[in-house]
Amino acid sequence: MIVAERKPLDVIRQMIAPYAKVLIVGCGTCVTVCGAGGEREVSFLHDELRLAQAKNPDGMHTYSEYTIKRQCDPEFIDLLDAKAEDVDAIISLACGIGVQAVADHFPDIPVLPGVNTTFNGVSSEYGVWDERCATCGDCRLDETGGICPITRCTKGILNGPCAGPKDGKCEVSKDMDCAWVLIYQRLERLGQLDKMRRYYPARNYQVVPRPRRIVVKSNVTAGAENA
Amino acid sequence: MPNSLFEEKLNSGKFIITTEIGPPKGCDISEMVHHIDILKDAVDAINVTDHQSSVLRFPSLGGCLVVKEHGGEPILQMTCRDRNRLALQADLMFACQRGVHNVLTLTGDSVDVGDHKEAKPVFDIDSVQLTKLIRTMESGYDMGGNELTGTPNFCIGSTVHPESDFIEPQLVKFDKKVSAGVQFFQTQGIFDLSKLRMFMQYSSQFPVKILAGIIVLSSARMAKYMNANVPGIMVPQNLIDELAGVEKGKGLAKGKEIAARTIKTIEEEKLCHGVHLMAVGNEGIVPEIIEMSRSESVKA
Repeated sequence: MIVAERKPLDVIRQMIAPYAKVLIVGCGTCVTVCGAGGEREVSFLHDELRLAQAKNPDGMHTYSEYTIKRQCDPEFIDLLDAKAEDVDAIISLACGIGVQAVADHFPDIPVLPGVNTTFNGVSSEYGVWDERCATCGDCRLDETGGICPITRCTKGILNGPCAGPKDGKCEVSKDMDCAWVLIYQRLERLGQLDKMRRYYPARNYQVVPRPRRIVVKSNVTAGAENA
Repeated sequence: MPNSLFEEKLNSGKFIITTEIGPPKGCDISEMVHHIDILKDAVDAINVTDHQSSVLRFPSLGGCLVVKEHGGEPILQMTCRDRNRLALQADLMFACQRGVHNVLTLTGDSVDVGDHKEAKPVFDIDSVQLTKLIRTMESGYDMGGNELTGTPNFCIGSTVHPESDFIEPQLVKFDKKVSAGVQFFQTQGIFDLSKLRMFMQYSSQFPVKILAGIIVLSSARMAKYMNANVPGIMVPQNLIDELAGVEKGKGLAKGKEIAARTIKTIEEEKLCHGVHLMAVGNEGIVPEIIEMSRSESVKA
């Protein structure tokens, strides 16, 4: 899932400074699970902003809040129409995708990011998230024992470790496992070390020209293509 | 026809000695030129580092041209950290056209360990792929499969880490480098010769030359600092104690002695095909260390 972190309060206050009426919009999916921008965090931010304003009245704002199921789907964003009728700005606590989808929907209202979208990750333990997928568009986890070198090796290299690891940790941080040490150990356990001994050619970045688009209408609706 | 003077020496069977210089941070290359003048006749080739430890310096390729201009034999260190495949190929063409025919392929240290931590790391390709790329260019084509007008030719080296605390994955990478076309290896710093012996037992099955990396230590403090901060370096406690045991100001002298006796042992026991001296920041002392390693007073 997508993992994000709330921006600091003073950064958000600077962003909203020019706008009197501000709508705070949460998202009920990934950012709810990682505790960055769900209904609860929207309510916290609302309280924080009001409290800060009471302490330091550097411009009066009025706030409203609303959380929709998903900010990356137009049918859910439609529900914001009534809420956004007379606001001067919207703070979206969704990931960058949600912020842009809401901005697309309201071309005349500034839509501001309330979180920093950080990575695609897994919950390793309660409250701890670790990056796992770089969404490279060319998955080779079958060849690397289910451990992604593109995401988990700081250099994203494909033919084995650099000379940097010590005690199985990356040269960048003693707290970070060397992906290639993990891959070696896993492939050894699976009896598949031949996969690591293979030469992997340079990545084909042409499979990921940005921005990417995927069309899978046949899976969603029986449209003209399926008739 | 050998690709370079250095390749000819590599294949001659003589004990090879290479060293390296780190170019300056800035445009004043007078100190580097001074070091080149001191080193060029004392060693078989001089590596020029490529923003070593991800710290910005005068470019490796520029340094190699200076080595050539001053009559030395350069080895172009080339990392994949800062250039994508287009930039790497362009630099290889330029190097070859200007007579630089030795290249050392490296993945490159992480940007995070250097002095421009906010820079974008490239790593478009890795050291194995870079080696393959050079061999592809030698066959007359670029990486996109397009024909080249005039083909480059190189003697290719790379690195290996015999003292890694988890050697198996390093050996997998070593095999891949050999298959990709690496002809010689300069190892990461060797401090424990038993590890080098073990590595040589393994690597002797391949038709490649191994030059043991010798880092000249200058104090116990430097050794501890490198253990903590330099990727892949592991100075053992007995050497740190030996350095700590000398009186103040004599650390470098002890470091030179350690380096000289290590070289002597390697050469006398024919442990590998040569050595690569890294006198980080003290490039000028390399000829003296080589001489010491050949004197009777230093015991192997």
